[in-house]
Amino acid sequence: MGIDKEKVITANQLTKRFGDFTAVDAISFEVEKGEIFGFLGANGAGKTTAIRMLSGLSIPSDGEATVAGFDVYRQTEQIKRSIGYMSQKFSLYEDLTVRENIRFFAGIYGMSDQFIKDNTARLLHQLRLKEEENKLVKSLPLGWKQKLAFSVAIFHEPEIVFLDEPTGGVDPVTRREFWTMIYEAAESGITVFVTTHYMDEAEYCNRVSIMVDGRIDALDTPKNLKQQYEVGSMEDVFIKLARKATRAD
Amino acid sequence: MRTLLFLLQKEFRQIFRDKAILRMIFVMPILQLVVLPWAADYEMKNIRLSIVDHDNSPYSQELVHKITASGYFLLNTYTQSFADAMHEVEEDRADLILEIPPRFERTLVRENEATLFMALNAINGVKANLGGAYLRTIIQDYNREVRLNWVQLPRFNPETRIEIVPSNWFNPFMNYQYFMVPGILVILVTLVGSFLTALNIVREKEVGTMEQINVTPIKKHHFILGKLIPFWILGLVVLTVGFFLSWVVYGIVPVGSFVTIYVFAAIYLLAVLGLGLLISSYADSQQQAMLISFFMMMVFILLSGLYTSIDSMPEWAQLVTLLNPVAYFIDVIRLVVLKGAGLSEIRQQLLTIIGFAVVLNAWAVFSYKKRS
Repeated sequence: MGIDKEKVITANQLTKRFGDFTAVDAISFEVEKGEIFGFLGANGAGKTTAIRMLSGLSIPSDGEATVAGFDVYRQTEQIKRSIGYMSQKFSLYEDLTVRENIRFFAGIYGMSDQFIKDNTARLLHQLRLKEEENKLVKSLPLGWKQKLAFSVAIFHEPEIVFLDEPTGGVDPVTRREFWTMIYEAAESGITVFVTTHYMDEAEYCNRVSIMVDGRIDALDTPKNLKQQYEVGSMEDVFIKLARKATRAD
Repeated sequence: MRTLLFLLQKEFRQIFRDKAILRMIFVMPILQLVVLPWAADYEMKNIRLSIVDHDNSPYSQELVHKITASGYFLLNTYTQSFADAMHEVEEDRADLILEIPPRFERTLVRENEATLFMALNAINGVKANLGGAYLRTIIQDYNREVRLNWVQLPRFNPETRIEIVPSNWFNPFMNYQYFMVPGILVILVTLVGSFLTALNIVREKEVGTMEQINVTPIKKHHFILGKLIPFWILGLVVLTVGFFLSWVVYGIVPVGSFVTIYVFAAIYLLAVLGLGLLISSYADSQQQAMLISFFMMMVFILLSGLYTSIDSMPEWAQLVTLLNPVAYFIDVIRLVVLKGAGLSEIRQQLLTIIGFAVVLNAWAVFSYKKRS
């Protein structure tokens, strides 16, 4: 964690309240460029609310945060231009074809026709979807949809990509392939901010934070966390922390 | 601008891929325009009548013949017992009972006066009311004939008689379809403009693509325009298909100009699109949007003057119709199609509907939250 590394996300006492309920309670953390940052927590711990604030979907109640150098209160439009986002709900248009989805999302991010053309060909080749380019997305298997959704989310070469439970419901082989894609994205300089419930996936992250009841209770590399809690796996770290939770969804 | 083009391209692709929408655009107008005007007719026909004839004289026979020959009545039973006839009503086989008293002919001839008894089954109020009125008219007619032909009159008729000769302007043959078809067209345009739009937007909320759109740099107004423009065009297409059908099926050609209708329709669609947008901003699921739409459509149709005249509604209901955009378009389309009104004659309605368009869209844009 060199001091010279560029910080692409900073959060300081970031808070979101819905009435009396504090969904996110003064969380503070920083994410460095090119890092794969795991954002863990039990259901209802406040992960999705935190992501929504960082991606400009929801205005924080209190605290400060910047994403790609832009303020989450005032510069949401600039933030949206600099990030990619893939939510737990499947987020491509099922009634458009593979090619049409790529073209649409690239188009609304302002990519040029030439850029779209060149990169669509490359992407279809990479995903081995050349044969399926004119098929409707709803006809693809779930694993392919997820990989396509991820590729579309980083198609416009964002600085940061937010992945909200991206591998929910897919088989282990596809999950492995998915993580290979995440590593490739990180190597190309895209910062990956990912939530997951799979603890083996947590081991793949550079650093992991664990949210309990709206607060970040632990934040470190998987190796250090296991040492600190004197357990053998991230699963045990998670269970130790999540047990303290008083609220559930 | 380029963003909007991408949005429109996507929207049109989805619409033309959606068989349900295409069916709605082409099959719905055909069904509604071809079937409804025949079924939803004000004129009462097939009123089932039971006649209790205690007299059985040539005069009573003549009356019965005149009634059945009118074409409005089906003679259900012809009996001499009121109880029998009443039984028919109780079994819901008759709507009306006409009782001809004993010595009907004799009293009529000797005393110049006779009394008939009419019993109405008022469960279906419209049928009872109109049936009773038709029957009264026929009997009055019969009465006049009796006087003229059979009763010996003094040389100078002591009773003055006023005869009314009606002339129906703008729809000389009182063609019911001329009146209904334009109204149904308005309902179709409203359905497409408001409820298809609402359902379409809420669907994006439901499947999650809305969230995906919200994290992109798409501006709020781009997204809204991307939704409104396609459905605005669809609304005008449905109107055109509808006019074509009403020409083919009923031979209806507007007396006024199509320009007037389309100018009004274009603005009217903006108003109902705003309504659709508003519904979509309050509904979180397609089910909710559907229920809100059904409720509103019901109120809109019943208070639109499509089936019942607004002028005969109670005052409070007339006030409510002022808030019903459908009522204005039905009014306008009838004025233009039947009477040939031009833009200057419908200025008042046009200004009102512009007001609706501004208010509804402003409200919708205000409440359509891109971020929470």
